[in-house]
Amino acid sequence: MTVAPALLTLEDVDVVYGAAITAVRGVRLHVGQGEIVTLLGANGAGKTSTLRAVSNLLHAKLGRMSRGRITFDGRSTAGLPTSRLVSSGLVQVLEGRHCFRALTIEENLITGAIGRRASKAETATDLELVYALFPRLRTKRAVLAGLTSGGEQQMAAIGRALMARPRLLILDEPSMGLAPIVVAEIFLALTALNRDQGLSILLAEQNATVALKAAHRGVVLENGRVTLTGIASELSARDDIRAAYLGLNKPPSSESSRSKSIEVVA
Amino acid sequence: MSSAILERQANSQGLPGLKSFRGPFLVLLVFAVVIPQVHSDYLFDAILTPFLAISLAALGLNLLTGYAGQVSLGSAAFMAVGAFAGYNFLLRIPGLPLLAGLAFAGLTAAVIGIVFGLPSLRLRGFYLAVSTLATQFFVQWALTNISWFSNDDTSGVISPPPLHLGGFALDSPVRRYLLCLGVVAVLTFLAMRLVSGQTGRALIAVRDSELGARVLGVKVLRTKLFIFAVSSFYIGVAGALWSFAYLRTIEPDGFDLDRSFQILFVIIIGGLASIRGAFLGAAFIVVLPLLLSRAGAILLGPGFDSGLVDLVQKIFLGALIILFLRLEPAGLSALVGRLRIRRNAT
Ligand SMILES: Nc1ncnc2c1ncn2[C@@H]1O[C@H](COP(=O)(O)OP(=O)(O)OP(=O)(O)O)[C@@H](O)[C@H]1O
Ligand SMILES: [Mg+2]
Repeated sequence: MTVAPALLTLEDVDVVYGAAITAVRGVRLHVGQGEIVTLLGANGAGKTSTLRAVSNLLHAKLGRMSRGRITFDGRSTAGLPTSRLVSSGLVQVLEGRHCFRALTIEENLITGAIGRRASKAETATDLELVYALFPRLRTKRAVLAGLTSGGEQQMAAIGRALMARPRLLILDEPSMGLAPIVVAEIFLALTALNRDQGLSILLAEQNATVALKAAHRGVVLENGRVTLTGIASELSARDDIRAAYLGLNKPPSSESSRSKSIEVVA
Repeated sequence: MSSAILERQANSQGLPGLKSFRGPFLVLLVFAVVIPQVHSDYLFDAILTPFLAISLAALGLNLLTGYAGQVSLGSAAFMAVGAFAGYNFLLRIPGLPLLAGLAFAGLTAAVIGIVFGLPSLRLRGFYLAVSTLATQFFVQWALTNISWFSNDDTSGVISPPPLHLGGFALDSPVRRYLLCLGVVAVLTFLAMRLVSGQTGRALIAVRDSELGARVLGVKVLRTKLFIFAVSSFYIGVAGALWSFAYLRTIEPDGFDLDRSFQILFVIIIGGLASIRGAFLGAAFIVVLPLLLSRAGAILLGPGFDSGLVDLVQKIFLGALIILFLRLEPAGLSALVGRLRIRRNAT
């Protein structure tokens, strides 16, 4: 792949919560135009914190970016409210979905068009696109989101973000708590969006198997620091990645490192 | 079958299309044309006028608490602001039309609402409720102690100016009732429009997940302050109607914390995030005690200790509320919605 102009860049980003807890240290990464990049890491590695920094959501969690620089489309995002980032095409699907449970699936999708001030006609076209991508949502369109399954809620959350017509879609652990078959369905949709429409995607995941299969490149976070970056296929071939994140091919010497990662989880 | 129920439920919960204005319009016709034929001052003065004023206040609170999830215990304060602002505008601007006075009453309450809504940008749930208590106590204190608000009247009880609507004197119970009905109908229609559009969805989004709303580009702070303003406007106008059309005196005492709780009970019993819930709840809370005291008087006979009757009535009402909410936590509105589905299904 030739070097695409970067859509998103993070340079030496530190994230702190309160005054004391440093969750992310010196993170550098970039997402090129048309690329899928996955951010891998165990529980507490700092994936969510990094993505919050990108969407300027940290202050809602009493955190802040204490160092570094983030640019989207060549422009610094410092000080821009989330709503501005959304209207310029940087849209995030939060960890845990955050569906509006008292709204129907369709109303949830329509809220995605709020930030864009879309016309009725545009909203209707975009709805059709989302339903084409996730046919299941069409059958549940009039059901309250709070009464749908986790997979349907995740699809609704992604569909809702697509209604904002993103140029960069950020997803925080979309596979969390979902059955493998649903995860496969969701990742199929994401890769289709990337392939057919050139949508750039930044994807935080613990499920490295699916994430590395879908992504072009991967970035591995450990304790808030980037420890590895590389082409997805090369990363998934590496023994340490396989041992730590894919649960495969456990070499005898990695026994201790595996149990260490389990320790982080607990 | 169950999915059909869910669909209906979704419709009734949320966002009505134009068709759904038909039912409310028929109800309005009955209240505007049929009921005024009844010749009973008691019906208008003691039941329907306070019912409308409380309904409007509850509607205002439901926009804030039911739709946008911002808990407030300051409703009575905003009613008081509306009542006193309306009084002062009509008093100090000679020739100001009554409707303009009511609008100014609402606008004043809206401004105060924005100021006291500022804590909501940081506080949620119980903490926000406690901060709205400050509104309640501060406003009552200011209105009691700053005599300018009551035109330096030392009695503390002041009368509103005579009510005119374009040369038409509103001097009978029916006419005052019709004034309330007109104002409430217009504001209800506007509220239905508001909640059925993108704004309504944004409000519910902020309530269900503030972060989820923010991440979609909803301007959460602006949305919150906006709904504080709108809600306070409604409650302010309700306070003005309560004082001008129902009590026909203006005093801070009636707008105490009990009143705030009353409005909160109305929306909880009627149904949160429901326009008709405000009316159903108000009917329950305003009309039922009247019926109970009638029943009490008949059962116990005259000459019985009225304090005791009052107490028994309160206990009875409280028990009824608990029992009802146990059976129907989503309020009267959900009950009515379900009855309708059953009727349509058969
Ligand atoms: N709101 C917060 N306040 C204080 N500390 C926080 C907050 N959110 C996260 N942290 C801390 O920051 C570190 C990184 O957490 P983060 O949520 O970014 O990790 P993650 O990689 O997303 O983990 P997971 O896979 O469990 O979602 C953790 O040590 C966590 O305890
Ligand atoms: Mg996370």
